[in-house]
Amino acid sequence: MARVAMRGLNKKYDEVHAVIDVNLDIRDQEFVVLVGPSGCGKTTTLRMVAGLESITGGQISIDEKVVNELPPMDRDIAMVFQNYALYPHMTVYDNMAFGLKMRKFDKSEIAGRVKDAADILGIQELLKRKPRQLSGGQRQRVALGRAIVRHPQVFLFDEPLSNLDAKLRVQMRVELKKLHERLGTTAIYVTHDQVEAMTLGDRVVVMRDGRVQQVGDPMELYNEPANRFVAGFIGSPAMNFAAVRIAAENGSLWAESEDLRIKVPERVAQRLGRYAGMEATLGVRPEDLRIARDGDARDLSFDVAIEVVERLGSEILLDVAAGSTSMVASVEPTVTAKVHEKLRLAINPDRVHFFDNQTEAAI
Amino acid sequence: MIEGAHWRRWVFFYVPVTAFVVCLLFPFYWMVITAIRPDSELYRPWSAPNYAPFWTSHPTMEHINDLLSETLFSTWMLNTMFISLAATAISLFCGLLAGYALSRLKFPYAGLIGTAIFITYLVPQTLLFIPLADIIRNFRLGDSPWALILTYPTFLIPFCTWLLMGYFKSIPKELEECARIDGAPRWKAMVYIIFPVAIPGILSAGIFAFTLSWNEFIYALVFLSSPEQKTVPVGVTSELVRGDVFYWGELMAGALLGSIPVAFVYSFFVEYYVSGITGSVKG
Repeated sequence: MARVAMRGLNKKYDEVHAVIDVNLDIRDQEFVVLVGPSGCGKTTTLRMVAGLESITGGQISIDEKVVNELPPMDRDIAMVFQNYALYPHMTVYDNMAFGLKMRKFDKSEIAGRVKDAADILGIQELLKRKPRQLSGGQRQRVALGRAIVRHPQVFLFDEPLSNLDAKLRVQMRVELKKLHERLGTTAIYVTHDQVEAMTLGDRVVVMRDGRVQQVGDPMELYNEPANRFVAGFIGSPAMNFAAVRIAAENGSLWAESEDLRIKVPERVAQRLGRYAGMEATLGVRPEDLRIARDGDARDLSFDVAIEVVERLGSEILLDVAAGSTSMVASVEPTVTAKVHEKLRLAINPDRVHFFDNQTEAAI
Repeated sequence: MIEGAHWRRWVFFYVPVTAFVVCLLFPFYWMVITAIRPDSELYRPWSAPNYAPFWTSHPTMEHINDLLSETLFSTWMLNTMFISLAATAISLFCGLLAGYALSRLKFPYAGLIGTAIFITYLVPQTLLFIPLADIIRNFRLGDSPWALILTYPTFLIPFCTWLLMGYFKSIPKELEECARIDGAPRWKAMVYIIFPVAIPGILSAGIFAFTLSWNEFIYALVFLSSPEQKTVPVGVTSELVRGDVFYWGELMAGALLGSIPVAFVYSFFVEYYVSGITGSVKG
């Protein structure tokens, strides 16, 4: 078990600057998820930690030891790949034992460790099979087993669940979480799926275009996104954005556009003061919109027309248009709304976000 | 399969396939029937009343016996076997290492070197034997099996390298990366993981190389002169055609026996061979 630290990490290919100045401190026993759209540099970062990509600039250390020049085999890590990378010509047992054999463990030790790992993962019956005789979920378990028999200092996961069907993915996600609780090994996990990131990570690192956008625990990212990208990336359905102008009137601030006019809550008014008379972006999550009741303040609600109604069972998603701005509102399943109906939506004033139009940073 | 009316299946499938099979197999049939036909039937003029070119009612082993007792055929078979196996082994070894390096290691001009190797394969043997003859003479290797064992790789190595390069590229690189994280240095990952997974490709390359060496004619004709050093293709054609006299029975018997090892090798490995050419690795 170990800490992993990245200092000013950079990776340049001929044309592309894939990873730019990444600084990260991963604590012992922590489960950190790197998340971002494809091409954001998350996998490259992971592969640099594994030693599969050379480092253009900066430093990676595992357990206080700089590993920049160490070959993968000497870093004491284990990696699970998206396509599992099981050795097709070996049985499950040999797949799991390979790493131990390479490290010259004696036979009884190998047998013991493989049995333990097989017990943990529930694959005792599969040990004599070849990978092609296994289902996707079983292969995934074997790949995990191959990683845990070695008792490495750090686990690296490169989108390990992407090749599974949706139901199995949810199941394996839970098992991965349990496995981490049980083993406590430091883990770095790469995914493009923000749900996986939120559910698995002790901390989540959001990346875009090679740069870290924000690091924090899942609820922190959700409630206090550092910029518009994080706000839009984390959460499903995504946060609604509306272009507004900030206007000062009668001692209070208003966010207004042709389609809506909302009084800026006191909480953010102070920070927003210097934007008076300028353009900004208003962000509000679907669950922070609800259908307005008679008693609701007029200055925290706006008129919309329903375009699509998506009934999910536990909630209803209303795709609405406020003039030219499209939004999604998540409302109670008891609401009986119909397409083309007009209604008024109220905003939860404690949970509105504003973003600078130039820097995209949260205000 | 052909869909639709019954006649479509006949017109577009059975008839063409039958024609194809007949055309392909006829030379072999002709070879077999000539090898076991007595001389009296072989040299019967076509205008004779009992002329029956496609069948014999008196099959005989005399040509095969003659071939084995009167000529050096068994020596030629041993020569060919030794030369083909040695040349194949050398070429496979070099091709494996070169193919692996060119497809997996990142080094400057890897692509250029790969193309250059392929271009050497395109140089026709009928041109290349002239400079090679000079080299063989300088090293005093003429009229010995080593003349062929060392020259066959000039076309076998590029061939094996290219076939194996393609196959190695079809193996997911994660397999090797995983092995290296598991604690295997690069050469161990190559020997324990990549080579076993590439067995279909390696076998195909080996079968091809073996067949090419077995059937090779020009180098064997130029570099070997004494009868006891010859290979089957050269021995049969040079020793059984004297002037304008063709010993057809023995010639065909030689061709028949000479093709048995190749046919055997192919039929034995045909499944590997197909997946090697189509290059599929199933995880």
